[in-house]
Amino acid sequence: MNRVTVIDYGLGNLLSVEQALRHCGADVVCTSSPELIEAADFLVLPGVGAFGDGMKGLELRGLLEPLLIAARSGKPLLGICLGMQLLFENSSEFGLHAGLGLIPGIVRGIPPLSNKDGSRRRIPHIGWTGIIPPGNRCSWDEPLLDGLPQGVSMYFVHSFMAHPTEESQLKAISNHDGVEVAAVVSRKNLTGCQFHPEKSGAAGLKLFENFLRLG
Amino acid sequence: MSMLRLIPRLDIKGSNLIKGIQMEGVRILGNPHEFAFRYYQDGADELLYMDAVASLYGRDRLLDIVRQTAANIFIPITAGGGVRSVDDAVELLRAGADKVAINTATVSRPELITEMAHHFGSQCMVLSIEAKQVADNKWLTYTNNGRENSGIDVVEWAKRGVALGAGEILLTSVDREGTRRGFDTTLVKAVRQAVPVPLIVSGGMGKPEDLLEVVLEGGTDAVAMADILHYNRFTLEEIRKAATNAGIPVRCMA
Repeated sequence: MNRVTVIDYGLGNLLSVEQALRHCGADVVCTSSPELIEAADFLVLPGVGAFGDGMKGLELRGLLEPLLIAARSGKPLLGICLGMQLLFENSSEFGLHAGLGLIPGIVRGIPPLSNKDGSRRRIPHIGWTGIIPPGNRCSWDEPLLDGLPQGVSMYFVHSFMAHPTEESQLKAISNHDGVEVAAVVSRKNLTGCQFHPEKSGAAGLKLFENFLRLG
Repeated sequence: MSMLRLIPRLDIKGSNLIKGIQMEGVRILGNPHEFAFRYYQDGADELLYMDAVASLYGRDRLLDIVRQTAANIFIPITAGGGVRSVDDAVELLRAGADKVAINTATVSRPELITEMAHHFGSQCMVLSIEAKQVADNKWLTYTNNGRENSGIDVVEWAKRGVALGAGEILLTSVDREGTRRGFDTTLVKAVRQAVPVPLIVSGGMGKPEDLLEVVLEGGTDAVAMADILHYNRFTLEEIRKAATNAGIPVRCMA
């Protein structure tokens, strides 16, 4: 059975994530119980909000240790939006905050000015944007994206972006007003997407289905 | 140019989808969820629910409709109608809405915009403006579903709303609403030049080509449409094709 634990650490609305995963056939619980994190086959770390509040939310509920243990156990984990950013080493959102440090790299604000002509970029980045493989790669090198066409649009809402240190851990990018945003990252059993699969229609559901096959 | 968002607008009265002309004389069209699901399957980028009578009868029906929608429709949902406080917004967000649109209560208490932005982030606070033209290049803000004149200039109100924290503006032309005469591009341009936040324009889409002017000249980010879809006059696919043919980028579907 696909037992998915969506980690509830007090940030954002989990309803859509829960319902989309259920729609894909998963047996879903939203919880802040460390036992259910341990018992899960799959973990989802969602989140909308500020990075510091996210880390504090995990800490206050005693979830940091169970989450780190689960992540190192090899269990598939998907971070969504802020949940993906929390996997990195630190973020400069409202002061410098340490993250979970599970993927090497940092999280910084989307540069406000375009390099090309110095015009102001629209921040937050809200809306549908296509995702493509990074660099000159001509295919996804990532099971999470199996079956999705290059350029497929996903729904983004964010002001900060991740910078993975290891180029090979960056699996998809999106171009927001001329800046390349890390859209999908992965390292072993850990995956993350900056966009919201639960709001990205059929393409987002496909990503969840792929995730549920990682186990 | 960022991707144009195509947003079916579902006006609600009680449990029903309705459609009026210039926000009056409404007709009942059916079960909003059935319409919403069809639009989702046809590639709608978002959905917009506006409860026309929530301020009179409460928001219970709207909450039910949003809840039902969020259970099997996986695109962003904006809901509004009768929202007077952060607590009201919490209920809609818990039901599955992603953004909350507010008009009347922000006019009587503008600080609600800031409270919303602080609680949920500005991306969640959609300022709904109902505009009626009173002279050349002059529009006034209406409240209570186009019924009451606030006397406030639309362009000034848009600027103030954004300064207070609105992350997006839903701009409805009451004059054009339900008339199929095309969008009021002059109005859209005036607001577009005044504020940097994303703009959803509503009111007047009669045929797919109507969106070209309001996007290319008006500079809108999103188009809300009701009549054109509810009466099955055109499909979202035909509308997407009209945009693509004019070089306006739209969402690439899976």
